[in-house]
Amino acid sequence: MSVQFTVNGKAAAVDVEARMTLADCLRQHLRLTGTHLGCEHGVCGACTVIVDGAAMRSCLMLAVQAEGSEVVTVEGLSNDAELTPLQTAFRKHHALQCGFCTPGIITTAHALLSEEPYCDADRIREVLSGNLCRCTGYVSIIDAVLEAREAYQNADGGAR
Amino acid sequence: MKNTFIGSPVERREDLRFLRGRGTYVDDLAPENLLHAVILRSSVAHGRITSIDASAALQVPGVHSVITAKDMPGGPPIIPMRLQPLPEFKPFEQPVIAHTKLRYVGEPIAVVLASSIAIGEDALEKIAVEIEPIPAVANWEVAARNQSLLFEEPGTNRSLVFHARKGDADAVFRDAPYTRRERLRTGRHYGLTMEPRGVMAEWDAGSGKLIVSGAAKVPFFNRRILAKQIGLPEDAIEMVENDVGGGYGARGEFYSEDFLIPFAARQVNRPVKWIEDRRENLMAMNHARESEADIEIACARDGTILGLRGEVHTDMGAYMRTNGAVGARNVAQFLAGPYRVPHVSIDSSLWMTNKTPVGTYRGPGRFEANFFLERLLDIVADDLGVDRVDLRRRNLVSSSEMPYAIASVQPTDAKDEYDSGDYRAALERCLTEFRWDDKAKLQGALIDGRYHGLAVVCFIEGGAAGPKETARLAVNEDGTISLYMGTSSVGQGVETVFAQIAADALEIPMDRIRHVYHGSTTYVSDGYGAYHSRSTVMGGSAVLDAAANFQAAIRDAGAKRLGCDPSAIGIAEDKFTGPGGNSLPLAELAGLSAEGAFLNKRHTYSYGAHAAHVTVDAKLGQVQIVDYLVVQDVGRAVNPLMLRGQVIGSLVQGLGGAMLEHLQYDEQGQFLTGSLADYLLPTATDFPNVRCIVLEDHPSPINPLGAKGAGEGGIIAAGGAMANAVANALRSFGAQPRQLPLTPTYLWELVQAGQREAAE
Repeated sequence: MSVQFTVNGKAAAVDVEARMTLADCLRQHLRLTGTHLGCEHGVCGACTVIVDGAAMRSCLMLAVQAEGSEVVTVEGLSNDAELTPLQTAFRKHHALQCGFCTPGIITTAHALLSEEPYCDADRIREVLSGNLCRCTGYVSIIDAVLEAREAYQNADGGAR
Repeated sequence: MKNTFIGSPVERREDLRFLRGRGTYVDDLAPENLLHAVILRSSVAHGRITSIDASAALQVPGVHSVITAKDMPGGPPIIPMRLQPLPEFKPFEQPVIAHTKLRYVGEPIAVVLASSIAIGEDALEKIAVEIEPIPAVANWEVAARNQSLLFEEPGTNRSLVFHARKGDADAVFRDAPYTRRERLRTGRHYGLTMEPRGVMAEWDAGSGKLIVSGAAKVPFFNRRILAKQIGLPEDAIEMVENDVGGGYGARGEFYSEDFLIPFAARQVNRPVKWIEDRRENLMAMNHARESEADIEIACARDGTILGLRGEVHTDMGAYMRTNGAVGARNVAQFLAGPYRVPHVSIDSSLWMTNKTPVGTYRGPGRFEANFFLERLLDIVADDLGVDRVDLRRRNLVSSSEMPYAIASVQPTDAKDEYDSGDYRAALERCLTEFRWDDKAKLQGALIDGRYHGLAVVCFIEGGAAGPKETARLAVNEDGTISLYMGTSSVGQGVETVFAQIAADALEIPMDRIRHVYHGSTTYVSDGYGAYHSRSTVMGGSAVLDAAANFQAAIRDAGAKRLGCDPSAIGIAEDKFTGPGGNSLPLAELAGLSAEGAFLNKRHTYSYGAHAAHVTVDAKLGQVQIVDYLVVQDVGRAVNPLMLRGQVIGSLVQGLGGAMLEHLQYDEQGQFLTGSLADYLLPTATDFPNVRCIVLEDHPSPINPLGAKGAGEGGIIAAGGAMANAVANALRSFGAQPRQLPLTPTYLWELVQAGQREAAE
């Protein structure tokens, strides 16, 4: 089946089997290998991407369901020149070790802070409880996301 | 320029690629002409294969071939043990694929090669395997009956008994004023990595060269195994370490797939990739920890420990895997922990059962031993009316007793001693920082419907396994320097740590060390890998030796260029300098390289204490952590930021093993926890209130960095601390947890039993 959607701001048109997940499509057809597969049954969150502004598990979504959507992956939240404020905070707080769960945590945290830039530590923990990290014990991740909030905040108390 | 990168919280160089989704893990590799491998695994725990018919599977469009044991002339190769390779274990080692008998749910039966994973999985369903069932051995007690045997030839399900001995325990127990005997159990859990395992093999028939990607942990050792099994010289095989998504002891040992995938690639003369899915990972990766102790302690009335004796029984699963004996050995040798126990006699039996085989998981045997002993000590304190903290103070090995010899283990003749430290000082620091004296007043109190409990326990962590590690420094074409390591990365950040050490040793900025290469078999002459908290100590010390040799080589080469004495040559950023302000670009020495090594037969022992304050809802059996502190003296922290990451990360893993993680089987050996919805890992909301303090008060005397292996201290004491804290919270019910994990069901049952007893 042919499917068209936008990935990281660029138009993508791919021909996939109906049963192919969005995760496999991103990784295999579009070679966006920053999206990782940790369980393929919707528990670990490593494959999280942003679809039309919402954090989604790309292993639980079929590629054909992305028709007409705007998809953002970790690659779309990165640039060559420098780390983003969220990435900078992760590095400063050592909020990653092996890096495998990291793309899903970056996408989830970005989606959260875009919607709720004033969220507190409890809210961050609640939202990130859908992303398993085996290395860090989460403390440094929460600290990093807390620190990154400022970059998402506007003077009027809303989201940037 | 005098650097101080060592000791600074330097941000990691690895992060720049990981944070942008630019890491390269083995599943990210996709060469032309790739075939995907999927593996048919046994659905029964114990049985005899009577036939395998793959003809229907071969008819599925897109299926290339199906490989079984029949395709291996002379039968499937056996995977040899890496650690403690005793002759007694030989009959229990695992064939790379089941031949005649199946011994656990998840054992490989056939490999399907197909154009996609999905097609391969379609074909799996069409392979007809007839199995004659055999009664399953689902736990060590059934194994000990020796009625149903996993292996007929040795005629027993017990592969070995380790004997840990010190002094004369039986003599001490004869006259002891006080003894206490307990049965305690730890649950089966494992070093689950977020990245499942994967192997990709490429065979070049023309040059006779095999490239195996997905290597981890011990690539050089695994290459030796593979070369022998597949019939190639070692130098015809290149093991490539890509980014590795977690190790924890489990990943990177030689598994079935490490033979099957290279074998398949050679058979079909095409690249073949296998990526484990999570269900496979739960039933194929090494399990760990399931152990039962029947142990007895002898004490004086004041709480002075006189001796320890008893038995430990470890459920080994179906085969003796590469490092499978380590846990059962360690639990015997380290049962006394950091305490002065003059007389020890522990027999540790290794029982074969129809479950996934075991291997090491971070803190192997030490997590179990710490739970057994610390649980026992709190019970002793109550029996004797001795303060539980004083009991520990009284018995900790003192700094004046260092080096302190611990129990030796037969038949491996393993003798060991603790290297250095002030265990008491670490405990006191923990108590002070935790405000133990204030909080201890809450012991057992019921506040707002929750019972408060506190515990403090002590631990030691072994590290720095020898015999050797290697490092090489080389000048690049552009005048930067590359560092090549014999150790591996399993995600812990070795590129940064080694760059810090090299930059300090060479007195150059860190960014002059352009790359730190590690893990693959092409970089240095030999390497020993990442296990036993050895990378920083062994690899880092090898970097120091390589740096000294590298400086000497630059002085010699530089002296020739500048026409001066070698002693007058220095390195400054991108130049080498001589007398009178003369200098030349380092790039002129491109290609110059020097190797170094560190040899070591002794172990480092970092140590410390865990303190836990929990509340328990007795109606629900639900536990919350109010405060949890780990204090660990690591000798020297090369990167304090990363070290804290090791301590907190390993602690939360330990809390998972103490509270949540449980690999379960039924009586037929059927595996019950095949998804992450069944096997519960800690999430961000489970254990928020955890912290650590890293001390550097007592550098190790046995390596030039003064560092001690420190990746496991957080995990080792988590079970003991949590169980004691929960026991203290539920003291009014007389609850004594005797097993892990402390699930709500188990704690609720303890409370119910306590209430029934009180009513009677």
